[in-house]
Order: sequence, then structure tokens, then C-alpha cells
Amino acid sequence: MSLRVVHYINQFFAQIGGEEKADYAPEYREGAVGPGLALNAAFKGEAEVVGTVICGDSYFNENLDAAKATVLKMISDAKPDVVVCGPAFNAGRYGVACGTVAAAVKDELNLPVVTGMYEENPGADMFKNKVYIIATKNSAAGMRDAAPKMASLAIKLAKGEKIGASAEEGYMPNGLRVNFFEAERGSTRAVKMLLNKLAGKPYTTEFPMPSFDRVAPGAAITDLAHTTIALVTSGGIVPKGNPDHIESSSASKFGRYDISSFEDLTAADHETAHGGYDPVYANEDADRVLPVDVLRKMEKEGKIGGIYPYFFTTVGNGTAVASAKKYGEAIGKELRDAGIKAAILTST
Amino acid sequence: MVKEIERAGVTVVHMCTVTPISMTVGANRIVPTIAIPHPLGNPALTHEEEFELRYKLVEKALKAFETPVDDQTIFD
Repeated sequence: MSLRVVHYINQFFAQIGGEEKADYAPEYREGAVGPGLALNAAFKGEAEVVGTVICGDSYFNENLDAAKATVLKMISDAKPDVVVCGPAFNAGRYGVACGTVAAAVKDELNLPVVTGMYEENPGADMFKNKVYIIATKNSAAGMRDAAPKMASLAIKLAKGEKIGASAEEGYMPNGLRVNFFEAERGSTRAVKMLLNKLAGKPYTTEFPMPSFDRVAPGAAITDLAHTTIALVTSGGIVPKGNPDHIESSSASKFGRYDISSFEDLTAADHETAHGGYDPVYANEDADRVLPVDVLRKMEKEGKIGGIYPYFFTTVGNGTAVASAKKYGEAIGKELRDAGIKAAILTST
Repeated sequence: MVKEIERAGVTVVHMCTVTPISMTVGANRIVPTIAIPHPLGNPALTHEEEFELRYKLVEKALKAFETPVDDQTIFD
């Protein structure tokens, strides 16, 4: 008898809909749906997706505890031998959902579980030390590579077989160390590595240095009444018509727009360029993402000194960390040079 | 972006709905908001109620600016 697999996916991969359906509540369906078909092919008869749990990404993240409990019960009721979540590629909310479900399956149901996502997905950093996460490409085009790796690891886990190192199995390093004997001793390996390095050839370190990139909190602001606040958003708010054509995903730029004459943002003058959430509410009233109207009131009331005349905006949807870093540096530099000490950054 | 702006010496308050992501990216002052597509609003309310809701959320951000922190802090 083949192993029973239950698969967790979002509303998009279940072909229920895009962002307009992201508030879809959890649903159980018999058999494989969407990417489950690719998993079934990769299982080669050793395992089979017997059921699929579907949940909208916004629903899951906005109702974390309730959604997790419902999804977990659906999974448990289907009596799986192993659970597969995603893969989520570079979809942030989906990655967090897959990681949360996977960690709960492991901790609360004590079942083996595999998920998959792109290394820059925020779910990766949050969960890679807790569950096996297969490293995937950043878009669904990577399904062909991801499915065999996820399927193979799922079968091994379900059978209780020995799991190889992260580099062999394709999962993200999880900080666990295992003792083993190398074919060559350390000194030989070190000299070979050095020779490769000197010759400009590729080499792989055996001990990558961890990168803890944290910035110390900025100083508290003691006189807000005389402080000008800058507004920044990753929610894609732009002047109507998106004059600089900021992309709806994987943004290649940020925008800087004058708000000095605006008391209130309205559907007539501002909208969102973001393609990663349902834009209806932000298009109706962009203050729902960039709170210009209330800050103007606070300015009149003397609670704050004022609003920086320009706001900064990009679309935080599948945007590379390196790009976001670059935009942040440029924005930070302008604000510092202008003597600005405080910024509100809103994210969707 | 939060981190790089703060690195430049600007105190940043990050207002967002999925606070675990904000923690992961390294924001230091975090104010949780309403929902992903409308962090600072709620279309189910009247325009006036919504303004009031947004005003209160931004007041929390002002409080966050005024509060000295040593570590990542969520201002509920």
C-alpha cells in the first residue's frame, strides 16, 4: 500500500483565485489538487496525495491561531503518513503559512513534514531550523525541480529512513551537525580549498559564517511636536496612473512623490501599484495604506512638527532583498541629509 | 528597507499586519495593523469611524517613537 500524503496549498495554487480570494477559509478536498499532481508523479507510486487542504494566504496570516487549528484538524482527520506544504516559492504570506502549518504538524501531530520555498521568502528564516524546507526557485517555474526533491524527502521521512546532509537532500541548512568521517583529512581539504581560491576557481566553504544583520534601534524622539515625520511604504501607493511604472511585483525601483499639497489621499489622485494584495481598498482610499490624512490632522493639532514633503514608495511583492536594501539606503541617505529623524514605514 | 533607513540614523516605526515578518526583517519598533490589504483602515466602518481607527493606530506609532527601546518591540 502506498504512503498517504496530505498536501497544504493556497487559494492561488488551488486555482480558486488570486488576491481577490486571499481571504478564502480553509477547505479540505479529497485527492490531489494543482501542484499535488506534480508530487504524485514524483512519488512514482510509492506515495499518493490522498487529500488537499486549501487556505487563502491573507485568511491564514490574519487569523493565525484559528486557521492553524482548523487546518491541523483537517490534516489529522485525513490520517496521513507524511504531510507536504507548498512549495511557496517567493510568495511571502504563503511561505509563512507553509512554515507555520509544517511546524505545527511536526510539533502537535508528531508527523513527518516537508515544505519548500525560495531562500529569500520570509518563511524560510522563520522556519528553516524547525522543519525541512526544500530550497526552490523564486517562481512557480521551479516546480519541476522542487517536486522530485520534496517527494523524495517526504518518502524517506515517512519510512523513517536516514536523512542525508542538507546539500545532498536539497533542504535549507537547519543548524544541526552530524559527525561523520570525510574521505580526505582536514589539512588536505583546506589546502585544496586554498589552491582553488588562489586560482580563482569555485570552492565551497565547510563553515559558512552566520550573518546576523541587525541594526540597533534608533533613538527615541523626545519632541515630536517639533519633529518632521517621513512616510515610506512597501504597499505600492503611487500617484494615480503610476507615473514611473513601478512594477506590480519584483519592483526594480522606488518612487518619491510630493505630498506637500495633499491633506487627504483619494481615489482621484492616488492608487496602489502592488500586485500582491487585493488593491480594491487601497485604490478607494490610499490613506488606508499611507496615513496622510491623520498625520495632517496631527500636524494641525501640534502633535507632530510636520510631514516630509515627499513620500517614498515601492512594491514589496517578490522584491529581492538586495533591491529593498538599495532602496532603503537611498531613502535613508536623503532623510539623513535633510535632517529627518523619524519615519513611519507601512507594509501590506 | 526598515533596517537600512534606521541604519542611516532615522528612527523607524514599522506599521504592518504580519508582525512575524516584521520581526524577521529586523524592525525595532513595530505597530500591528488591521489587515494586509488595508493596514490602516477598515472598509466595513463609516468614513469617520475609519479615520478615528487610523488616528489611534498612528497615535500608537507616535508613542513608539517616544519610547526608548533596546530590542525589537511590538507596540500593541
